[in-house]
Amino acid sequence: MQDVIRATGLVKHYGDVTALDGLDLSVPGGQVLALLGPNGAGKTTAVRILTTLLEPDEGSVEVAGVDVLADPREVRRRIGLSGQYAAVDEHLSGFENLDLIGRLYRMGRHRARERARELLERFDLVEAADRPVKTYSGGMRRRLDLAGALVATPTVLFLDEPTTGLDPRSRSDMWEVIRELVNGGTTLLLTTQYMEEADLLADDIVVIDHGRAIARGTADRLKQQVGGERIELIAEVATDIPVVHELLSRHAVDEVRVDDHRRMLTAAVTGGTVDLRKVLSDVENRGIALSDAGLRRPTLDDVFLTLTGRSTADPTTDDTPTDQPEPRQKETVR
Amino acid sequence: MSELTWAAADGYAVARRNLIKIKRVPELLIWILMSPIMFVLLFVYVFGGAIDIPGVSYREWLIAGIFAQTVVFGSTFTGAGLAEDMEKGIIDRFRSLPMSRSAVIVGRTASDIVYNVLSITIMSLTGLLVGWRIHTSVPEAAAGFLLLLAFSYAFSWIMAWVAMKIPSVEVINNASFMVIMPLTFISNAFVPLETFPAPLQVFAEWNPVSSVTQAARDLFGNAPTAESVAQLQASGVDVFTLSDAWSLTHPVAYTLLWIVGILVVFVPLSVRAYRHSATK
Repeated sequence: MQDVIRATGLVKHYGDVTALDGLDLSVPGGQVLALLGPNGAGKTTAVRILTTLLEPDEGSVEVAGVDVLADPREVRRRIGLSGQYAAVDEHLSGFENLDLIGRLYRMGRHRARERARELLERFDLVEAADRPVKTYSGGMRRRLDLAGALVATPTVLFLDEPTTGLDPRSRSDMWEVIRELVNGGTTLLLTTQYMEEADLLADDIVVIDHGRAIARGTADRLKQQVGGERIELIAEVATDIPVVHELLSRHAVDEVRVDDHRRMLTAAVTGGTVDLRKVLSDVENRGIALSDAGLRRPTLDDVFLTLTGRSTADPTTDDTPTDQPEPRQKETVR
Repeated sequence: MSELTWAAADGYAVARRNLIKIKRVPELLIWILMSPIMFVLLFVYVFGGAIDIPGVSYREWLIAGIFAQTVVFGSTFTGAGLAEDMEKGIIDRFRSLPMSRSAVIVGRTASDIVYNVLSITIMSLTGLLVGWRIHTSVPEAAAGFLLLLAFSYAFSWIMAWVAMKIPSVEVINNASFMVIMPLTFISNAFVPLETFPAPLQVFAEWNPVSSVTQAARDLFGNAPTAESVAQLQASGVDVFTLSDAWSLTHPVAYTLLWIVGILVVFVPLSVRAYRHSATK
């Protein structure tokens, strides 16, 4: 199928800092691509370039068949953008916000109002429609912001960290809404720091670090690459760590990682609960006590450790500033 | 519709949004409107006794000066409002829409006209209470008010440009105070400039705040005329001679020149700065 989003060799510098370092992206029509990476990886910069908010220093971009650099206005007609902090007006009501956006899409007064009502209904905001947005919860704001991105029924949708800062409940609500959209055939590019989110929503994932793609593929392929689930064991006494290490490494795909401070051992496995049960019985047979044991899905941190050999929390990854000079956790749930 | 009509419609949509904000946070407006009232009362009652204007009561003479000062300070409101928008996420929304690139500023300067109309109304009422009267015809008085509004509109565009360059509400508020305060005080707004030391007097004569004040005074019938001053001097009263600088003898023309000049320079500069700040 034809690519609806295609970016080639994107480079963007902010002074001495390289935010994007030759990033290529392509998303076929009706597909969902997740850009997965830690803070400062260049995700927001990429989205800003794709949505005409920023000009790259190098590279070419095409969205919905239009050259973004040559005809940004035409691109704006075809896209919807929802940012990582809700771009809605606090003093306006939900209805007024959507009505304003509709007018600015030049839909005409009547159609703008009608569309605002439709979207409020769809995003379960009818009751709050006439209240100023400053009385909304974090989740409601995000839903309104997403509704704002959909006013003109765009063919391509960009969601920049749609669930960052949301509580778990609002996050799963948001996922449901996004999944519905995707089922409706919208082409979507979303950025996220959560492996789980990318796994759940995206057809394809591009892992990005220091402004370049370090891995790409389907969620399954990526998981194969970084190993499936993780067994995590915490030894009750530190002296047992070497033995537990030895037992765990029999099942591990890769090497076993040890956190001495927390007495925690982690290993990627392929067999899931079967492996966990075996390890636990081995440990029990040796008479070793564990204070905790469990199976968990790989996180962004695991992906990073495997792909780059360093953790996302590693200070050396933080030498690039965040994509934008704004505080990350701007949205608090009120 | 033509592109220009669309640009106007976009500007209208943004202006409407700004006015809703004023409606939702009326406290802000109340405090901003309090200051001109305070100025009228302070100057009338504190300085009023100490300043003599030949042939005209100081109270009546003063009001146009307060009008001029207030509408110039009102441009800070434009700058602060735009800076606030630029700091917030809403600006990314606007930029990602196929709307006119000038709409954010056009809408803001337009909604601030409404604000200036409100503040001039409040000041006029306060003025009437303390004894200010219009002594000319309705068209002349209307022309006086329109000139003040046009002047404030032009100043709003200067502040719009500043806000695009320095998008910070705090900086705008403090910096504009440092510039606007001397601009309005080294003028004939509060004290006759004829009493200033020579260098200040020349500055004050060509200061557009003086000319817009003078124009409004003339159009409201609150200014002493050269003839009345000459008569007073002939009868032996010790009064100063009125400045005969062209800017003050033709204040309407001189003010209009400033208005056109400011708009010609700052409309394109501001819109360009907005566009530029959008893609950096």
